[in-house]
Amino acid sequence: MSNTTPLLQMKSIRKNFFGNQVLKDINLTLNEGEVLGLVGENGAGKSTLMKILFGMNEIRETGGYEGDILMNGEKVTIGTSFDALAHGIGMVHQEFSLIPGFTATENILLNREPQKKSIMSEVFGQRLNITDRKKMDAASAAAIDKMGVQIDGGMVISDMPVGHKQFTEIARELSKDNLKLLILDEPTAVLTEQEALALLDSIRAMSRRGIAVIFITHRLQEILDVCDTVAVMRDGVLVQRIPAAETSIPEITRWMVGRNIDTDHSGRRPVPETEPIMTIEHLWVDMPGETVRDVNLEVRRGEILGIGGLAGQGKLGIPNGIMGLYASGGSVTFDGESIPLNQPRRCLDRQLAFVSEDRRGVGLLLHESLEWNISFPAMQIHDKFLRSLLGGLIKWRDDRAIQEVTRKYIDELQIRCTGPRQKAKELSGGNQQKICLAKAFALEPKFLFVSEPTRGIDVGAKALVLQALEKFNRESGVTIVMISSELEELRSVCDRIAIVSGGRIAGILPAVESSERFGELMVSQVI
Amino acid sequence: MSNRSFSGRKAAHFLSSNSVPIMFILIIAVCIPIVGFSPAFLLNEIVTRLSRNAFLILSLLIPIMAGMGLNFGMTLGAMAAEIALIFTSDWQIWGIPGIVLAMIISIPISAVLGLLCGKILNAARGREMITSYIISFFMNGVYQLIVLYMMGSIIPILHNNIKLPRGYGIRSSVDLTRIRKALDNVLAVNIGGVRIPLLTILIIVLMCLIIVWFRRTKLGQDMRAVGQDMEVARAAGINVERTRLISIVISTVLAGIGMVIYLQNMGDMATYSSHSQIGMFCIAALLVGGASVDKASIGNVFLGVILFHTMFILAPAAGARITGNEVIGEYFRVFVSYGVITVALIMYETKKRREKAGIGEQLAAAQREEGKAHA
Repeated sequence: MSNTTPLLQMKSIRKNFFGNQVLKDINLTLNEGEVLGLVGENGAGKSTLMKILFGMNEIRETGGYEGDILMNGEKVTIGTSFDALAHGIGMVHQEFSLIPGFTATENILLNREPQKKSIMSEVFGQRLNITDRKKMDAASAAAIDKMGVQIDGGMVISDMPVGHKQFTEIARELSKDNLKLLILDEPTAVLTEQEALALLDSIRAMSRRGIAVIFITHRLQEILDVCDTVAVMRDGVLVQRIPAAETSIPEITRWMVGRNIDTDHSGRRPVPETEPIMTIEHLWVDMPGETVRDVNLEVRRGEILGIGGLAGQGKLGIPNGIMGLYASGGSVTFDGESIPLNQPRRCLDRQLAFVSEDRRGVGLLLHESLEWNISFPAMQIHDKFLRSLLGGLIKWRDDRAIQEVTRKYIDELQIRCTGPRQKAKELSGGNQQKICLAKAFALEPKFLFVSEPTRGIDVGAKALVLQALEKFNRESGVTIVMISSELEELRSVCDRIAIVSGGRIAGILPAVESSERFGELMVSQVI
Repeated sequence: MSNRSFSGRKAAHFLSSNSVPIMFILIIAVCIPIVGFSPAFLLNEIVTRLSRNAFLILSLLIPIMAGMGLNFGMTLGAMAAEIALIFTSDWQIWGIPGIVLAMIISIPISAVLGLLCGKILNAARGREMITSYIISFFMNGVYQLIVLYMMGSIIPILHNNIKLPRGYGIRSSVDLTRIRKALDNVLAVNIGGVRIPLLTILIIVLMCLIIVWFRRTKLGQDMRAVGQDMEVARAAGINVERTRLISIVISTVLAGIGMVIYLQNMGDMATYSSHSQIGMFCIAALLVGGASVDKASIGNVFLGVILFHTMFILAPAAGARITGNEVIGEYFRVFVSYGVITVALIMYETKKRREKAGIGEQLAAAQREEGKAHA
């Protein structure tokens, strides 16, 4: 490790998305061959920072970034991923970016294949060169060798176990001769224990060759095992940068989740000790990116249960699976009777309601008026707002009742709009969320799933949405299960909080427990 | 898991992924004894049709490789070939020189049409099949405008025998008797009563070799990458749009040459309808050969031509034998070719969906095994 100029310096990096400051003055340095572990809760800004470093389109399209990036002491501008690659920065993303029908070798050397000239290429140009299979095999073998693991270059990607796909991605970056810095974004998330150990070894091997690595993971033990330095981010700020040898998992967890303001828990009602209204056993849900593996959970009648956990661990899969939006299995009992899975209509008939995290896709009829949005499900499912004519032969829409109920919710939830006839797409995110809630309230459910109710809305609207949920629970006695990535938000309204980790329930604690204990649960079984 | 169930599953997989060719083999096996054609006659017919159609169907392979699916863009190449043949007939250049000249004239026309088609298909990604089908309808209108109104009035046509009596526009049938089988007759050999047009077959074999070679070029490699995942290819710096465009242009140019080979064998050209069904029949033949929307090989082409055209030969005769009415057989073969396309498309979608559902099953199985381990 040289102590002269650092390999990478990031100076006062700032980034805002549509007025929302997600990175506030980040300063980070990295030496040649240094392994930096970057940790933080979801939304802390890790991904955004890495996207800036790798020149992802998303950053440019949203107005670029502020601050300077220096490589070997020289200022560089990284506008596109190709700029980043030219400066020797490589990145392995969470999602695989591999061609499924190609072999590992073909993927490793994609668009950088060694070529031979042919007669046709003299006439028609470079692209009719023949790919040189022998040199390709040699180059990919060399890259695989740098990792220090064994994978078969001739194997087709779609036949590979997940771990080998991950190694193929890493080998692709290593095969670039000028690689100096490799960003690994949760590379171990999809690996088995054995494979993860092999990956850590290969990170050490890279470091010995002088390649610096930024390693993002939720598995804190791995950070302590392999990293030289740990950097902790929270709410867009780099809160801690410390040699890995001088810290411990509980300390890192505290930096990750610990806000210094302690929520006031006085005046809370005691946790309801009622009988369970919903019992979930061995639930699995095939929701891409939010796979639920084996969830067992009891929801008590009349409580507000929070479900938290890191992104990708399966918390969103639970309501989406039970409500039938994604293929699922296992058994769910509601109010003494079992609910058939994969049939959304049957859930709705049993007076379950769901406010989806996907507001624009699932939650709203964007091109319709607010009245329609609020009354439509109730009309469809419970024949509300309908007048029967001719003994039920014809059903007539009761426009007056619809308008009345819409006005009621507009007032109650303080929805900012020009009136009940305004189109849903014209409202701001926060007001759209309130419409989604009103829609669920109008169904008069016995049980309500609310998924990420405050995602992407401003502070004022957040408070209102949470209040509305609390009020709905207290006044109508409706059981609410609220899923959110923001622990503090869950702690402020829920009675109990279940933490999902690795597609399973890692534990259920009363909301008054300390945030460190929740933090420990979050990272307990991460996969 | 026992070995038997594994091999059983393998057999089931083989059956389900090759169900279309197997179905055709069964139908043909039933039809042959009913019809009672002599093997020599049947073989002769198959060889003729193989040499007539194989080149056209080979032109479909490259866009499939580039992920653009079954492409009706080849209809445009067929139109270009017809325009070229109208000119060479008018200039009365016959025999091999006429065929070669027609091929040469067709190339720039096909290339321009292919470029246009490719541009449009780049704008309609993921909907290539239906878009190219509609483009072929639209271009058919342009073709009619040129051939029916412009030729003879704006575009000079020398000889009256191919013009309509009114003085402009081309007759509904152009006589190609003087180039009929000009290509097929060169180096033709007779083996046991079966006439083999050796030169045409050699051209087809050469084309297959070129396709095999092409797969190994940088461009071929890029096309395969683009065909499987456009976004990954783009991230690796491959110019996706240009690669797709080139694949369509190559396909229309090859289709133009293929259409000249097809028409020289027929010896007669239906000016306003030859091209309109050729795309449909070529795609049906390829699907019968076991290809799918995203995967087709040279083997599929030959198996497809043989099965589909054997069916074509047998069906009317079988229909006549069974019902005493040849029209029924004719009806049956048209019905079957559309049916094949529909079934193949449905099977493609269900296969994709089944693969997706597989993940759920894996999850359930993992849970069961874990449950057993705990118990």
